[in-house]
Amino acid sequence: MRAAVIASHVLAVLVLPILVLGLMNRTRALWTGRRGPPLLQPYFELARLVRKQSVYSVATTAVFRVGPLVVLATALVGGLLTPLFGVATFRFPYDFVVVAYLWGLGRALLMLSALDTASSFEGMGASREATYAALAEPVLFLTLGTLAMATGQTSFAGLLHVAVQTPGDVVVRAMSVAALLVILQVEAARSPVDDPATHLELTMIHEVMILDHSGPELAALHYGSAIKLTSCAALIATLLNPLAPSDGALRYAGANLVLVAVVAVLVGSIESLVARLRLKAVPQLILVAMGAALVSLLAGTWTGGAPG
Amino acid sequence: MNASRLCLATPDLARPPSDFFKELRQRVAAGARLVSFYGRPSDDPAEVVLTAVFDAADGLMVSRASILREHGFHSLTRDVPAFHIFERELFEQHGAKPHDHPWLKPVRYPAGGAARPSDYPFYKIEGKEVHEVAVGPIHAGVIEPGHFRFMCLGEIVHHLEIQLGYQHRGAEALLLRGSPLALAPLVETLAGDTSVAHAWAYCDALEALTDRPPDLATETWRGVGLELERIAMHLAGLSGMCADIAFMQGASTYGRLRTTAINTSMLLCGSRLGHGWIRPGGVRLGVDGRTVAALTSNLALIRRDIAIINRHFCQARSVGHRLRGVGVVSTGQALELGLVGMAARASGVEIDARTRLRGELGTQLPIQMVVETSGDCWARASLRIREIDESLAWLDAAIAGQTTPAAAPAQRGELAPDRLAISVQEGWRGEVVHCLETDAAGALRHYRVQDPSLRNWFGLALSVRSNEISDFPICNKSFDLSYCGNDL
Repeated sequence: MRAAVIASHVLAVLVLPILVLGLMNRTRALWTGRRGPPLLQPYFELARLVRKQSVYSVATTAVFRVGPLVVLATALVGGLLTPLFGVATFRFPYDFVVVAYLWGLGRALLMLSALDTASSFEGMGASREATYAALAEPVLFLTLGTLAMATGQTSFAGLLHVAVQTPGDVVVRAMSVAALLVILQVEAARSPVDDPATHLELTMIHEVMILDHSGPELAALHYGSAIKLTSCAALIATLLNPLAPSDGALRYAGANLVLVAVVAVLVGSIESLVARLRLKAVPQLILVAMGAALVSLLAGTWTGGAPG
Repeated sequence: MNASRLCLATPDLARPPSDFFKELRQRVAAGARLVSFYGRPSDDPAEVVLTAVFDAADGLMVSRASILREHGFHSLTRDVPAFHIFERELFEQHGAKPHDHPWLKPVRYPAGGAARPSDYPFYKIEGKEVHEVAVGPIHAGVIEPGHFRFMCLGEIVHHLEIQLGYQHRGAEALLLRGSPLALAPLVETLAGDTSVAHAWAYCDALEALTDRPPDLATETWRGVGLELERIAMHLAGLSGMCADIAFMQGASTYGRLRTTAINTSMLLCGSRLGHGWIRPGGVRLGVDGRTVAALTSNLALIRRDIAIINRHFCQARSVGHRLRGVGVVSTGQALELGLVGMAARASGVEIDARTRLRGELGTQLPIQMVVETSGDCWARASLRIREIDESLAWLDAAIAGQTTPAAAPAQRGELAPDRLAISVQEGWRGEVVHCLETDAAGALRHYRVQDPSLRNWFGLALSVRSNEISDFPICNKSFDLSYCGNDL
């Protein structure tokens, strides 16, 4: 049984990101009156990139080549530690801190490999990424810390299952979802924070840092970013899940998967209906998320959650 | 004399240059707007003939004089900045140096010239906090080549320098090679997105030289071609602006409507870009009851759908927040720099050749000029939206009562000798100026082409100062200037 759970989690970490990305692209297409690409299109694109040869600039060093692998590896491990099905396959106290800093490690290597190209574009991208990541990190920890306080749990497996008994719990849940949605947009570089579809290198954040990567390395970066996106979506889905694991493991996991899809459609819809923010306004959006996290903290304290 | 064309006998050039420059200053002081200032080789190789065209209260006016190349002249740019690009061009083409010009840099790179793109004297800013970002001449999208160098303090652009000229083809020399009556196909490719305006300006000047003015029906159908081009390009511009700010509904819907607009041109003249629409002496259209019905229904479709997407665009707070206050060019700056067309009107400058320089067509079928005052990207977007509405209304009035074009092209005639013909047409981007001059034998001796982009690029450079560097693409798209129209 344990082996089957592990196998299905690993499979989900590998396959789900492609479907989530495909679903987002589909949503965007439908909103703009197009039929859109097949759901598996991201897979075909990754497969195409893997078959290609990498091209390296003479200005780059080993950092440039290692960066994408670290991004992919940290995203994969992060995916294994996040409860994609709502229940954690692997868990240990304070695993959420590990996940957050695995992402941080991946980001650091991505920024270094961008700086390694000595391109002014990539330097600007790395500087923007560092700024927004530094602003988003406190929001992530405030949100997860509040949830830990409210539930008395210290691992993803428990802290996302906020019981809904008092109005305060509802506020904690809703505000945490709002904060995590912004975290998703920042971490996964989605509109209105970043625009994954743009060709304008001066406006990019994430995309500009991977401009010089090609072939399998580029595939690793795209894949890693999709896994991160799915992990964030799964956190939100688990928080929203109205069922409890006691309702039956399969039903609960199924509900979680449907909610991941709902989050993907929601994020895709936001991207379709809202223009991208000016870079100067991105910190304001993160500040809004910070406000949501603070409200969540106050509501959690009000209802007297057990200190973690 | 408020016609789009001016044809006059070439004046006697034997006047002291000091009188000429005094006259230029007087005209500017009297409120005339500089339309063009250019040189042409004189019979005496030591001299160059200068021509300045003004748009004054009672129509186009011309001042001419001959000066010695090696003496040059004292630059007017410091007093009247609108002269800056013309003086640089004059120096590059004819070697007549504008002394005390503050920004004497290459405009293009003519074959055999001394200047090379790699030696361009960029403005430098020194300092620890300053960094330079170089973009182009090869870009990430499929667009024309041009080099942009940003001098930034962090994310803020302190100064942008735009270096163009990569597409210089020697168009003006090329235009002198063929038969002057058969230049339309070449003229249409000078700046491919504003073909109709260039073709009309050429035909206008040519018809003035052969003294065969077109009738009103012909002029009306030419106007239909020009307004269709304007609608199509404004839609393309709006679609591009939406794509740049990731407002996807606008990007796809404006883009789709643009296809309808250019397909309508296809239906009438066989080319989506309006090639072949206008020819000397007439228009070349396959118009019958069926095509007019299709034209009317296509316009109705555009009108219906554009109202919906305009509502979404104007009401989306994220769009307004993204575009308002970004890339501002003040009215004063626009006037000083001599910006033209859409970019000038978005900054509150009232110039539109369609409302001033259109002769009988303008009286019979007037078009309303649209002006915005804020001078930012939002102004340039909403100006497009409002101009499309005006063009649609004008097209309705123009098509009503028209069934077939009156004149098929039948221009055969001799060019009048010793004449200078100047024509101005308001393309979607701004005024397109063609100046044709004949010699004593009635052959074409000089052809001057001027695309509005030549004057507006500096406006773009000015607009991004103190803006975020990430806002440059949207500023650029809001101006939507032509590289090849500048480089010729």
